[in-house]
Amino acid sequence: MEYGLDKRSNALRTFNTTFIIIWLLIACFPFIWTFWGSFKVRADFFSRADWWYAISAFNTLLETGGQFTSKAYSEAWTEGEFWKASRNTIIVTVFVVSISLFLGTLGAYALSRSTERYAFWILIAALIFRAMPHITLVSGYLFPFFELQIWGILPTTIVVLVAINQPFTLWLLYSFFKTVPKELDESALIDGCSYFQAFRYIIMPVMWPGVITAGLFSLMLAYNDFTVTALLLNQENHTMVPKIQSYLGTNQHEGNLMWAVSAVVSATAPLFMLVMFFQRQVISGLTTGAVKG
Amino acid sequence: MPNKTFFWFFLPTGLAMILFIGLPIISTGIQSFYAQHDQVVKEVKKCDPFGCTVSIVVDQEATSILRDEKPLGKFNGFGTYIDRNHLAIEQISDFWKETDTFGEFINQVTNLPFYKALLFTLTYCLFVTPNVLLLGFIIALSLNAISRKIRGPLIFGTILPMIVTPLVGSLVLFWMIDAEGIIGANLQLMMEDPYLSLKSSRTLTWITIIIYGIWHHSPFAFVVFYAALQTVPQEPVEAAIIDGASRYQRIRHIVLPHIYPVVTFVALISLMDNFRVFEPIIGFSAEGSAQSLSWLIYDNLVNEEVILFGSAAATSMMTIIGIAILLAPVLIRTWKEFRTAR
Repeated sequence: MEYGLDKRSNALRTFNTTFIIIWLLIACFPFIWTFWGSFKVRADFFSRADWWYAISAFNTLLETGGQFTSKAYSEAWTEGEFWKASRNTIIVTVFVVSISLFLGTLGAYALSRSTERYAFWILIAALIFRAMPHITLVSGYLFPFFELQIWGILPTTIVVLVAINQPFTLWLLYSFFKTVPKELDESALIDGCSYFQAFRYIIMPVMWPGVITAGLFSLMLAYNDFTVTALLLNQENHTMVPKIQSYLGTNQHEGNLMWAVSAVVSATAPLFMLVMFFQRQVISGLTTGAVKG
Repeated sequence: MPNKTFFWFFLPTGLAMILFIGLPIISTGIQSFYAQHDQVVKEVKKCDPFGCTVSIVVDQEATSILRDEKPLGKFNGFGTYIDRNHLAIEQISDFWKETDTFGEFINQVTNLPFYKALLFTLTYCLFVTPNVLLLGFIIALSLNAISRKIRGPLIFGTILPMIVTPLVGSLVLFWMIDAEGIIGANLQLMMEDPYLSLKSSRTLTWITIIIYGIWHHSPFAFVVFYAALQTVPQEPVEAAIIDGASRYQRIRHIVLPHIYPVVTFVALISLMDNFRVFEPIIGFSAEGSAQSLSWLIYDNLVNEEVILFGSAAATSMMTIIGIAILLAPVLIRTWKEFRTAR
């Protein structure tokens, strides 16, 4: 809104700038602080004596002889088996993203090209499914999964996450495919292509922007999930987020809390970089449903 | 698209949703009518020179056989729904008879686990949702007034709280707000109360979790509002400026009506997400004073001895009913629009 006629008063401009600065501090400072603190020892970052220790690194100097220490990281990744958790996260994320995109593009394309009434009802059903709290679904899974003896392994979790992710992916890709002109694939059909060929050769080459957005959201869901992974995976197969929680639970060990801090930083950093890189897609994804619908 | 083609295109995703979202809801419904087996007891007669005593002990073998035979448990009908941990019909009618004032009655009722959780969940929704809308809108307006060149990084900074998982987000805040963290320690200094801490009072815990909720969800409202602001037409705004409308009047009468549909969308999504609040309770280790419906289910499912499938399922069903009530106005409106469009 660059109003040509609008003359903004100086007072308003100062107020605006201060507000933004304060908000950015509130939004970002916790992360910067945690990142800073992850290179200290526990007695400094969680200091009973004086919070200033976290900055002056009083105990870190005493214990390690330097201002910064990466002890928490090396311990969490080796002794704390965070490497295993991050490997599991990578496996889960890669499979969830590729499978949900595969299923989602096919389904959403069909929905966007169908003029039947059931397409509308399917979309409404997807909206209701989207509203289901994940924990209520998990309470439905646990018993059958125990009985079928497929509890605790990665493939089960991957399939469950793909399914949970479908409603949102469908809505996102549906509104994207709506913006792809119908004439494009219709002309291919007239030329004698089958629907699948039209999809493969006409739609697939132009659908990448939408697919990237949908892929990013699937990735964030799989990467960030706690409810499903914590309850459906056994200790051995835990992904990063439940692993962080398990560091919190066992408080006897002096280092454990710092493991959690360093694990939080290790888990968050790749996500931040990804979003920095794909910021435009994330924002367009969040708004397609809202502004157009 | 012909029905047959549609079917084949939609089959994989439809199957995934039916198998892993539709069926689990049904499975939850069935489980909620069953309860775990009572332990089988047997009488053991013990005799010694002074006489015989009959004691009752748990028959481990029979119990495990029973559990293996009928793993779902015993049929309980609506028993689980009305027991003390859920709707607690009996207890409430007792309270109604026993208590003298209405306030006392409410007090007693909100101490029952289910109602306690319901109260927290609703309070959380009630305070977080409007504040998220308001804060998101203000941030969007302010950022929109800032030079286009530096907006990119500012937007990145703004959406950070939203992209981290709630568990990590709440942990990061908790480590600062806790008595040993930077904010907690400074608050103690300022208030001159060395025992002030998050866990010391219920109200403080609730306020902290609500603040966390606003912090976590505002960026989402911001992003949607920001995008909507880009579509506000220029002419009416310029006309209003010429007519001498103040900044507030322009926002009130031109911008807000234009983005109104988006506001309802954000309100709905954020209400749905807030209703399932759960991870922050674990992140803030606030189980003692704040419990939500989702947390109750989680607690039943991670139970040490026997997983309380029935109890978790009953709470789940009632949560689903809650969601349905929240969604009903939207669904009815969509249905009406759909019928008039036809």
